[in-house]
Amino acid sequence: MLSGKISYRLVIFVLAIIFGVGYSLPTFLQSDKGAKIALGLDLQGGLHMVLGVQTEEAIKSKVKSIASSIKFFAQSGDVIIDDLKIDEEMLTFTLLDKDEEKKIDEMLKTISGLQVSKESLRYTLTLNDKEKDLIREYAISQAVETIRNRLDQFGLAEPNVSKQGTDKIVVELPGIKTAEDEQRARELIAKAAHLQLMAVDEKRKDRTTTMSPIEAAQYGDVILPDARSEQVKHILKEIPVLDGSMLSDAKVAFSDMHQPVINFTLNSEGAKIFGDFTANNIGNRLAIVLDNKVYSDPVIRERIGGGSGQISGGFSVKEAHDVAIALRSGALLAPVTLLEKRSVGPSLGADSIQASSIALISGFFLIVGFLILYYHMAGVFASFALFVNFLLLIAIMALFGATLTLPGMAGIVLSLGMAVDANVIINERIRELLRQGIAVRQAVEKGYENAMSAIVDGNLTLAVSSVILYVYGTGPIKGFAISMLIGNLISMLTAILGTHGIYELLMSYIEKNHSIRFWFGMKKRGH
Amino acid sequence: MEFFSKGIIYNFMKYARVFVATTLLLAFVSLILVFTKGFNYGVDFVGGTVVQLKYEQSAPIDKIRDDLAKDKLFAGALITEFGSPEEIVIRFSTVSDSVAQDIGDHIRTLLKDTGSFDIRKVDIVGPKIGSELRSKGIISAVLAMIGILIYVAVRFEWKFAIASVITLLHDITITLGAIILFDIEFSLDVLAAVLTLIGYSLNDTIIIFDRIREELEETKNTNFSEIIDICVSKTLSRTIITSLLVFFVVLTLYVFGGEIIHGFSFTMLLGVIIGTYSSIFISAPFLTLIGFNVEKYKANIAIKEKNRIEKNKMRSQYEKGTV
Repeated sequence: MLSGKISYRLVIFVLAIIFGVGYSLPTFLQSDKGAKIALGLDLQGGLHMVLGVQTEEAIKSKVKSIASSIKFFAQSGDVIIDDLKIDEEMLTFTLLDKDEEKKIDEMLKTISGLQVSKESLRYTLTLNDKEKDLIREYAISQAVETIRNRLDQFGLAEPNVSKQGTDKIVVELPGIKTAEDEQRARELIAKAAHLQLMAVDEKRKDRTTTMSPIEAAQYGDVILPDARSEQVKHILKEIPVLDGSMLSDAKVAFSDMHQPVINFTLNSEGAKIFGDFTANNIGNRLAIVLDNKVYSDPVIRERIGGGSGQISGGFSVKEAHDVAIALRSGALLAPVTLLEKRSVGPSLGADSIQASSIALISGFFLIVGFLILYYHMAGVFASFALFVNFLLLIAIMALFGATLTLPGMAGIVLSLGMAVDANVIINERIRELLRQGIAVRQAVEKGYENAMSAIVDGNLTLAVSSVILYVYGTGPIKGFAISMLIGNLISMLTAILGTHGIYELLMSYIEKNHSIRFWFGMKKRGH
Repeated sequence: MEFFSKGIIYNFMKYARVFVATTLLLAFVSLILVFTKGFNYGVDFVGGTVVQLKYEQSAPIDKIRDDLAKDKLFAGALITEFGSPEEIVIRFSTVSDSVAQDIGDHIRTLLKDTGSFDIRKVDIVGPKIGSELRSKGIISAVLAMIGILIYVAVRFEWKFAIASVITLLHDITITLGAIILFDIEFSLDVLAAVLTLIGYSLNDTIIIFDRIREELEETKNTNFSEIIDICVSKTLSRTIITSLLVFFVVLTLYVFGGEIIHGFSFTMLLGVIIGTYSSIFISAPFLTLIGFNVEKYKANIAIKEKNRIEKNKMRSQYEKGTV
C-alpha cells in the first residue's frame, strides 16, 4: 500500500488531467456537443481569399448619384440647369437663371462633404478629403456586409467574411467541394449587382453604331452593350433615372415563356421617382441596366405606379437565383479585386491531415520509446506527462476556438519538443545529483530546483517571442505563434508540476525500493 | 541506459578559435549566397500562381505542356511531378485579379483534353500580398529578437542577451545559406521551420547560459574559459539527447510526412544540426568574445545581493515598527 504524500502539485496535475480529457474529447470524438478545434482551410479543404476594394470607384459613383439628385431637384423645382457633366471625380453644371442661384446654393448645402466653386454661373463640385475618406471606409464595410449577406443566402456552411487591415477583405469558405461550386461562389461575391434604370437617348438612337464613347460623353450619354450580345449597343443618358440603392426586394419568377426572370420592387422614394419619370416620358424607352449591360429597353406606355419592374434576359435558373441574391443584398459600392486566393480541395486536406497525424504519432512513440528505454520509470512518468501535455493543448485550443493549420502543427511539434526537453533536463539533473551520492529524496527535490530556472527561462523566452510573432505576424505566422505559446505554458505546467507531484506521491516507496536502475535508468550510484 | 555517466569535462574552449573561425566563414559564405544567388522564393513571397492537379492515371506531362503553351498567360510555366506520377504542380508568375474568373478556371478549361483530373490546390498570390508577407515577416522576426534581447538582459545580463541574439543570427544566416545551397523553395512552410528551429536553438543556448549563471554563483574559479567548459560539458548529455530526439522526430516527419511537408521537414533537419552545433560550440565562446568578465559579473551580483539584503532588512524593520 502506498503511503505517499499528496502535494498541491499532484492536485493541480490531476485537475489538469481531468480538464484535459474532458475538453479534448469533443475534438477526438468529433462530436457535435462542446467546443472542438476547427481545422484550418489548408487541412479541411476550402477557399480562402483576400480581396482588395477599389474604393476610388465608390467615390466616382457617389459623384454620379449627387448628379442624379441635382438633376432631379432641378426638374422638380423648375430650376433650369444646363451642361451637367461628370469628369472622374468632378461635377460641373451651368445655372441659366441667376435668380435661382440662392435656391440651388441652399440645395447644395444639404449635401455633405461637397466643395463648391463658382465662376459666374458655372458650378464645379468636388468632394473634400474627409468625405472621400468616409466614402472609402464605408465602401469597405459595406462590401464586407454585402458579401457576407450574399454568402449567407447562397447556402454554404459557415462562411466567414471579415475586414483585414484598412483596405482588405478576407473571405473564407470551408466546405466547398467542387471547382464549379467554388467558381459560382466567387462570381456571386464579385457581382457588382449595380442595377440602373436609364433613359434611352431617343434623339441620337440612330447613331448607336457610329458614335464613339468620347462623343457620346459630350452629349451626356453613354454607350452600353446588350446583355445577350456584346455587338448590340444602346445609347443611354449617362445619369440614371434611379439605381439599385432604392431597391427593396428581388425575387426569381418565371415568365409566360417559362423563362426565369427577376422581379424587383422599389422602395417608396424609388417608386415616386419611377412614377414621375414614366409619367413625363410616355412613348420613350427606359433601359434596365445591370452591371453596365442592357437587359431590356421597353417603351413606356403609361405612368407606372407601385414601383415594380422585371429583369429578363436569358438567365439560367442558377444565374437568376444568384442575381436575385446579389440584388437583395445590395450593390457593391466599389468593385473587388483578387489579391490572394488559396483553394484546397478536400482530398488534399485529408492527405495533409493523414500525413501529419502519421508523423505526430510515430514521433510520439519514438520519443516515448526512447524516454522509457533511457530513463526507465522516470521515462514512463515523463511520457505520461507528455501525453497529458498533448491533451491539454488540444483542450485549450478547443476552448479558445483556435483553428489548427499546418504551421500551427509546427508550433505544436515545437512545444512538445520543449516539453520533452524539460523532462530531459530534470532527469539529467537528478542523475547528476545521484552520481554525487546524494540520497534519492534530496536528489529529486534538488534536481527539480536546479532544473527550474533553465526550464522557466527557456520557455519564457520562447513565449516572449511567440507573443510578438502573434501580434505583428500575418495569418500563418500567427497560427504558429499561438499554438507555440499555449504549448509552452502547458509544458511548464506538466513537466514541472506534474512529474514532480508523481515523485512526491511515490517517494517513500522509491526510497524503500532502492533500485536506482528501475526508477532512474542508471547503472549504479557513484560515490 | 546512460550516455554520459563519467562526468568528463571536455576542453571546448581550447578549440574555440577554430569553431568561431569556421562559423564566421560559414556565415560569410551564407551571406554571399544570400546576396548573389538569392532565395528561390515561392509564390507566397513574390506572387504568382501554383496549381496542383491529380490525375486518375499517370499525368501526361508532355501533353499538358503542349496544351498550356497554347496560351501566352502560361509562358514560362514550370510543370513538375509532385510526390507521385499522378500528381503534378504547375507554377507560373502570372496572376489574375478577377474574383469571378481566375487563372485556375482558365487552366481547367485549357486542360480539358488531357484526361480526368482533380484540382487539388490553387494558390494565387498577388505581388502586393507577397511583398507584404515578406516585410511583415521580417518586421515580426526583428521585433521578436528585440523581445528576446530584453528578456535575457533582465533575467541574465545584457552580455548574455547579446551573445544569445548573435547565436540566433548565426543560426538563421547559416540555415538560410543551406536553404539556398540545397535549392529549397522559400515558402511559408519553410519560414515556419526557420522560426521553429530558432526556438530550439534559443532554448539550447538559454539552458547553457542558465548553467553558466548557476556555476558563476557557486564557484570561486574566475577563469571563464574553464567555467564554460564545465557548463557545456555538464549540459552536453541534455543537449545531445534532446537534439537527437528532435532530429529523429523530424526525420520521421521527413520520411512519412509526404511531399506536402518536405520543405518544412528538410529545413528542420538542417536547422537542428546547425542549432545544436551553435549552442554547444558557439554561444558561450561568443560571451568571451564580447568581453564577458567574471569578476565584474560577480561584483555586480554582490552589489545586487547587498541591495536585496538591505531592502529586506529595511522591510523587516519597517514591519516590526522600529523605523
